[in-house]
Amino acid sequence: MRPLTDEETKTFFEKLSKYIGENIKLLIDRPDGAYCFRLHNDRVFYVREELMKRAGNISRENLISLGTCFGKFTKAGKFRLHITALDFLAPYAKFKVWVKSSAEQQFLYGHHIMKSGLGRITENTPQYQGVIVYSMHDLPLGFGVAAKSTQECRHTDPMTIVAFHQADIGEYIRSEETLL
Amino acid sequence: MGRKRDAGEKVKSGPGRKAKKQQPPSRFLNEEERDDKKKLSRRQKKRFKNRLEKAAAIAIAKEKITERDNGKEIKKRATVPKVGIKRKIPHSDEDSAEESSEEEIQADEIEKKDDDADISGYTDDNKEWLKPTGKASLMEEDASDESANEDIEEMADEFGDSDDSEEDKKDEDDLLPVEKAAKNLRKKQRVDRKLAEEDLKTNIAESETFVLPSGQEIEKDTQTQDLAIVQQRIKEIMFVLSDFKSRREQGRGRKEYLSQLCKDLCTYYSYNEYLMECLMQLFPLEIVEFLEANEVQRPVTIRANTLKTRRRDLAQVLINRGVNLDPIGKWSKVGLVVYDSQVPIGATPEYLAGHYILQGGASFLPVMALAPQENERILDMCAAPGGKTTYIAALMRNTGMLFANDANKDRAKAIVGNLHRMGITNTVVSEYDGKQFPKVMTGFDRVLIDAPCSGTGVVSKDPEVKVNKDEKDILRCSHLQKELLLAAIDCCDAKSKSGGYIVYSTCSIMVEENEWVIDYALRKRNVKLVPAGLDFGREGFVNFGKYRFHPSLKLTRRFYPHTHNLDGFFVAKLKKFSNKITGQTKDKPTTDKKDSEDTEVQTGKEAKHN
Repeated sequence: MRPLTDEETKTFFEKLSKYIGENIKLLIDRPDGAYCFRLHNDRVFYVREELMKRAGNISRENLISLGTCFGKFTKAGKFRLHITALDFLAPYAKFKVWVKSSAEQQFLYGHHIMKSGLGRITENTPQYQGVIVYSMHDLPLGFGVAAKSTQECRHTDPMTIVAFHQADIGEYIRSEETLL
Repeated sequence: MGRKRDAGEKVKSGPGRKAKKQQPPSRFLNEEERDDKKKLSRRQKKRFKNRLEKAAAIAIAKEKITERDNGKEIKKRATVPKVGIKRKIPHSDEDSAEESSEEEIQADEIEKKDDDADISGYTDDNKEWLKPTGKASLMEEDASDESANEDIEEMADEFGDSDDSEEDKKDEDDLLPVEKAAKNLRKKQRVDRKLAEEDLKTNIAESETFVLPSGQEIEKDTQTQDLAIVQQRIKEIMFVLSDFKSRREQGRGRKEYLSQLCKDLCTYYSYNEYLMECLMQLFPLEIVEFLEANEVQRPVTIRANTLKTRRRDLAQVLINRGVNLDPIGKWSKVGLVVYDSQVPIGATPEYLAGHYILQGGASFLPVMALAPQENERILDMCAAPGGKTTYIAALMRNTGMLFANDANKDRAKAIVGNLHRMGITNTVVSEYDGKQFPKVMTGFDRVLIDAPCSGTGVVSKDPEVKVNKDEKDILRCSHLQKELLLAAIDCCDAKSKSGGYIVYSTCSIMVEENEWVIDYALRKRNVKLVPAGLDFGREGFVNFGKYRFHPSLKLTRRFYPHTHNLDGFFVAKLKKFSNKITGQTKDKPTTDKKDSEDTEVQTGKEAKHN
């Protein structure tokens, strides 16, 4: 367990800002205590500082997880967000996509979102913008990338993909083993 | 398998979804009050009554005989029908024709019996259990007689408004062909059932006399594996044992009955003999109820995650998805029982979003006993798969620090998944052998230890336990549990302002894994038992078999499938009052003088086990 290096921080924050923009600083400057990001087993954990200090007692081999896991660094040095970060992305999301209840299950099984399943979308979403996916009851389901801008979405036919799937909460069941 | 239904509990009926729901799953307090009185089955009651009446009738008849020998035929005819009518009272409304014929049969029977009695010269006091062998046929007759009565009753039940056969015939003319066919079919079924019952009766007639079968007979039975006979014998033996003094067969000891019962129960429910003996010791009266409860699954229960939702909202959402559910009971504000569901309950979007977790009702209990407070430091020593851990974190509202530990890395992954799904951020997951944990970190305010156990309380979940647990396994578990409990106590800080509590729980019902372990900890560390804060459940054992425990062990709580409709469970709450370790300081002997002998015996056993 160690703090992130400058380079890692840069990659990580770049990725994060695709979804929540400048709201990252709200994650770090919190009124209810000091929080920090820590790297352990190539994974980035977001954890309260007191808890992190206590967790220092536990040896590296025996420590499995602390706080919330945001994602992991691949061997190539890229950062990949995990579904476990959703709890912190959803409240600060800049751009959102709502899926109809008929397409909810589709998305939860790992499929992209078609125009036919699109319920609502934030105005002025640019193409390839990171978006958080919600159900029509405002239940966060996952996140992805907008395949079309809001303008383009209006005029496409129903079977075109409007948002690419990246992660969904179905992964808690589908890939519990690889989650961490 | 012929479980008795509770007639006292009425299901509400009426229109609307809520009204049509099933019976409440928790049969808690009234069940417990009720079960200390042994109930006879309907058949048993009937038989008992018959016997009494017959004895009375014979006594009367005999008196007459001794008064005068001449004209005895006429006299008996006069007295006997009275008895018959008296016996008929409960169901004498419709079938007067059959009744009269039956009366005659009974009269004949009694006459015959009377003759028998005269010949063999038994006194009336012994009549209840002394049965000459020649009378077997008579008993059979009696049985078929009974079954005939029953049939009539049954018919009345099924066709509550059906009339006599003559009227039936009249009606038959204006019936549709389909109805006629249905009627014929029903009649045929009735006859079939009657025949089948009679078959069964003749098969089991020999055991009606409560005579313990000989070795050969048992061998024959085991070869044929007729479970109906075995079940009947279990019933008979339980009946005899419920009033052993008056119902036993002369010359047979209680031990013989018990060993036969044990064998039969093992055959019928397929347990191994060691486990069955232990269970019979635990439940001398309610063994059958317990075993039957083990055959049925416990209801599926879920716990609402108070960090993300409220129980009421969750229930509403799930009802909209076509799930039939209800609150689990008065004792929990977060539990729901799921009766049936049109969608897989473990894969709804709400489940994936962490609004609830599938968790057995029994595993709420240790956490409720632990009563975690906000901003405390808490350890869950054997945490996987994280059901209790997430409950603790929810009660702490994500404040303070929670350490979830499990010895198995693969199982620890399940904790991580559940924690993230439920949105819990205050938890550190580690993978240590619980025994080593005091070396890693101490000073916790509260410690929960849900020790690995033999699982004798969750047979309904894992029927393997029935056959693959023997004494060695139990003692091995017990040994591990003692070590883990001591480690847990060492992790706890007695000087904590708000806490200093340790909760020990297992899903086993064996005394060796529960009370014995706690008693050991009471002697080895400066801890005392405190009330667990659970207002239901049975008290723990203070004396059991060869064991004599500390009197405060009655503060522990036991939960059983048949009384609480929860998994078999044990919960004990300990308060640590000093960080000193008893063995090293010697200034605080916690055991009484009285207990010292047993202590020696037990430690001797442990040494052997080590």
